[in-house]
Amino acid sequence: MTLLTEPQAPARRRPQVARRKKPLRSRAYKTFRVVALIAVVLFLIAPLFWMLLASFKTNVDIYDAGKSFLFTPTGENYANVLQRNNYFVFIFNSFWVAFVSTALSLVLGVPAAYAMSRFTMHRSALVVLMARVIPGVSLLVPWYYVFSNLKMVGGFEVLILSHMFVALPLIVYIMMSYFDSLPLELEESAQVDGLTPIGAFRRITLPLSVAGMATAGILSFIFSWNNFMFALVLSGSKTKTLPVAIFDFVSYASIDWGGLMAAATVVTIPIMIIALFTQKYIVSGMTAGATKG
Amino acid sequence: MSVLTPARTSGRTASAQENFSAWANRHRKWLFAAPAMIFVGVLIIFPLAWTLYLSLTDSQGSVRAASDFVGLENYLTVLTDTERFWPAVGRTLSFTFVALACEIILGMGIALLLWRPFRGEKWVRVAILLPLVATPVAVGMMWRLIFDPNIGFANQVLGLVGIPPQPWLSGQDSALPTTIFMDVWQWTPMVVLILLAGLTSLSDEPDEAARMDGASAVQRFFYVTLPLMMPTVIVAILLRGIDALKTFDILYATKGKGGGSFHEVETLNVYAYGLSFDYNQYGLSSAVLILFFMIIIGSMWLLTMRKKAVSK
Repeated sequence: MTLLTEPQAPARRRPQVARRKKPLRSRAYKTFRVVALIAVVLFLIAPLFWMLLASFKTNVDIYDAGKSFLFTPTGENYANVLQRNNYFVFIFNSFWVAFVSTALSLVLGVPAAYAMSRFTMHRSALVVLMARVIPGVSLLVPWYYVFSNLKMVGGFEVLILSHMFVALPLIVYIMMSYFDSLPLELEESAQVDGLTPIGAFRRITLPLSVAGMATAGILSFIFSWNNFMFALVLSGSKTKTLPVAIFDFVSYASIDWGGLMAAATVVTIPIMIIALFTQKYIVSGMTAGATKG
Repeated sequence: MSVLTPARTSGRTASAQENFSAWANRHRKWLFAAPAMIFVGVLIIFPLAWTLYLSLTDSQGSVRAASDFVGLENYLTVLTDTERFWPAVGRTLSFTFVALACEIILGMGIALLLWRPFRGEKWVRVAILLPLVATPVAVGMMWRLIFDPNIGFANQVLGLVGIPPQPWLSGQDSALPTTIFMDVWQWTPMVVLILLAGLTSLSDEPDEAARMDGASAVQRFFYVTLPLMMPTVIVAILLRGIDALKTFDILYATKGKGGGSFHEVETLNVYAYGLSFDYNQYGLSSAVLILFFMIIIGSMWLLTMRKKAVSK
């Protein structure tokens, strides 16, 4: 076949003119691509950069259009936010709630995802995934009622429970698609070698799923850190998380823009640093189950 | 089973621990799944039933206050409310539709740009990740400064090009489009990631074959790549659509209670939140929520049907 087709190949490439045009067109495309990519990066980064710049400006400089980029940076906003407004407490609250709700959700969610994947429990999976669909407000009224009767509103327990409600479906969703892709043979051969099914899960499957659990855990941490609505209703003065703290920042009469931007930066920086170091996991978590068809 | 039988026949000699382990292994399906399901079930089914019940009562003021059963009156009130409810439905749908359309088109464009490897890819990927993980409330505050009519960067840029300053978030007509812009900024990256994963998993062969047949890049995209990508596109629409319908954080953070003084950005979620926690109209808000929930389920169902049709 190859011997036969090769002599014919030049004949098929007859339109020589079209071929000569191609490098030019691809160079034009290359230039376009570079310009477009730079535009995309600018579009995504510029607002964040602007926020960062403003957080180092005095309020007088923020109002001065001539000092958009050239100004004397000040750390005063950060000092204000962190010391006077007690942001260290809110940082700890956010971290604690996100950490505990993620850990508990992993403990509950990983075995559940495993069972749902191995026994193809699609209907049960649907129940858990429903939690992702329901509007949060429709749960908040009954929760608020029950938990305020139990005198739990304003405590960490309620906040953690409500954030688990966000984290658990996410973890089940990601881990199910992870277990689906893990070959059965390893567990089967471990059982042939005398391990019980649960033993095989513990000693074979779990160690192999560390990457999946990292993905699920990191994403659920981020979602919990960013969650606003549940904390807005269920947190108290002692358990206030960062998003609520920023929201309260503007309810005073006039907006302290410098302080507000410093506060916004304080909230976003930790999560962005985590994201930079765990980029690979976040991408695989965000796209979990998207290409299965 | 062969492991279990000796333990069972040896009767009393088998320790309780072994018995438990055998029992656990036999019932591992439900043992594993039940805790998570009970947790979610209790926290969903009970509140949902309660919301359904509240929607049939005139509960207001305090959830603990006595309330009367009023039947479908709340639904009637809501469905005939052309001042708040129907505009909120319209805003929710147009917010979701426009934001989704922009995100899918832009997302597909960016994903295609990133598809083939290039130098500096790492940095572009970082740029894509940052908006995605940024806290929505903080993002809302950031845009509030940028879109501030007097001191905002947006109007400074427009001024350079000679366009008069715009009211952005404070304009009655421009507020909703501005929040759509914020949503597009934050969530296009997620669509890019999903579509890029889809593109990378495509086989090169159909594209190569079309190239051999002399199809142009545009033809290859619309007749080869796009049809193959449809299932992934629908997943992206589904995942993003659910969240877009329920958008709350950036709307509440930028416009506050009631979606601004003229309810410019009051979507169903903001409306229901306001009724519940700013005005304590639990009966009415529950009816809104049940209707909202039905809209979400309905649109998801339509999309899943569409996805099944496309996958075949």
